[in-house]
Amino acid sequence: MTAPPGDEVPIASNDDVVRVRQLVRTAAAAAGLSLVDQTKLVTAASELARNTYAHGGGGTMRVERATGEEGRPGVRIVFADAGPGIADVEQALSEGWSSGTGLGLGLSGARRLSDEFDLRSEAGKGTTVTVAKWAR
Amino acid sequence: MTDGAAETRITDLLRSWREPVLDRWVELAFDAVGGRVTERELRTELSELYELVERAFGDDGAAMGELRATLAELSRGRARNGFSPSETAVGVFALKQALYERIRTTRDQRAYNDLIDFTSFVDELGLATFETYAATREQVIADQSEQLLELSTPVVKLWDGILGVPLVGTLDSARTQVVMETLLEALVDTGSRFAVIDITGVAAVDTEVAQHLMKTVMAARLMGTQCVISGIRPQIAQTIVTLGIEFGDIATKATLADALKYALDRSGVRVTGGPED
Repeated sequence: MTAPPGDEVPIASNDDVVRVRQLVRTAAAAAGLSLVDQTKLVTAASELARNTYAHGGGGTMRVERATGEEGRPGVRIVFADAGPGIADVEQALSEGWSSGTGLGLGLSGARRLSDEFDLRSEAGKGTTVTVAKWAR
Repeated sequence: MTDGAAETRITDLLRSWREPVLDRWVELAFDAVGGRVTERELRTELSELYELVERAFGDDGAAMGELRATLAELSRGRARNGFSPSETAVGVFALKQALYERIRTTRDQRAYNDLIDFTSFVDELGLATFETYAATREQVIADQSEQLLELSTPVVKLWDGILGVPLVGTLDSARTQVVMETLLEALVDTGSRFAVIDITGVAAVDTEVAQHLMKTVMAARLMGTQCVISGIRPQIAQTIVTLGIEFGDIATKATLADALKYALDRSGVRVTGGPED
């Protein structure tokens, strides 16, 4: 069930969130990220995948090898959904704010856990979150 | 596509050749399943099917429904008993060969032509069989993962009054519910005042996992039990800090041994005779 890097995998259930974690861990290890950075990226991916599933009504994830500044190897992950979108991105990224019953740390935490973070959302059209982590 | 005459013709052939075609069908299907059902059982199953096929192909709507139900029942049984997909499907497809062989000996050109319609009819039945088979296998897998869920959340006694809950794998809502129930029940049964939840085997602690852990600890606390979370590895600790999760006044330890020592100290047990540290 492992997809080659660059392929899209669906996120349509909680089991898919588990699969996302495994795929990201494999990709992060292959890119030469340290154990701490692997864990951070996997955790960020886990948060974002769950958001895609729970708030975006399901979507896709694409994980790919990428090269950062000064040619550092790393991993870039794109989560996309066609859900309701985020009305107030500023608020969603603020710590402790949750639209559900969670801790409200997922999105802001994912931003802190990654080296590169990009969130694009349009109300009614969906949300795309891109994160990347580079080897040190 | 099918005209009534063709159907009637094949139906006639099926009726008049019942014995030899059924014999051959049983023979072919028996070869395919490799002796895992007796020939007699197979004959009983297939002769029932044969009769239904004969009626269903002759445009008997009620027989068609019955045929589908019987086939579904048959393939569910095959799937549950570990037969392979092809073993299951060949049982149906073999009817084509049995009838074809028979028609070939007669060199009846019209029967040949009519056979095409019958072939696609049997193919359709075969596919339906396959779908039921796959659905049943999926159900089996779902049942197994549920069983695994129960199995993989043991609560063990570490010491008098101290329980251990080793968690392995992923901690989702369903799993947490099982862990919480098992732990709370064990607390009542044993009257333990301490519980050590060990997360060494949990690959990643994200906000959901953390929240589930905290809920479990709170529930145990309401019952008068103090929980210690152990097995927090360096990479997990750093990630938790970066995420911004605060465990508040919940005791956490790096290793299960530390947590056990903590709980022993707290319960007034003195361990002597060990190596000095």
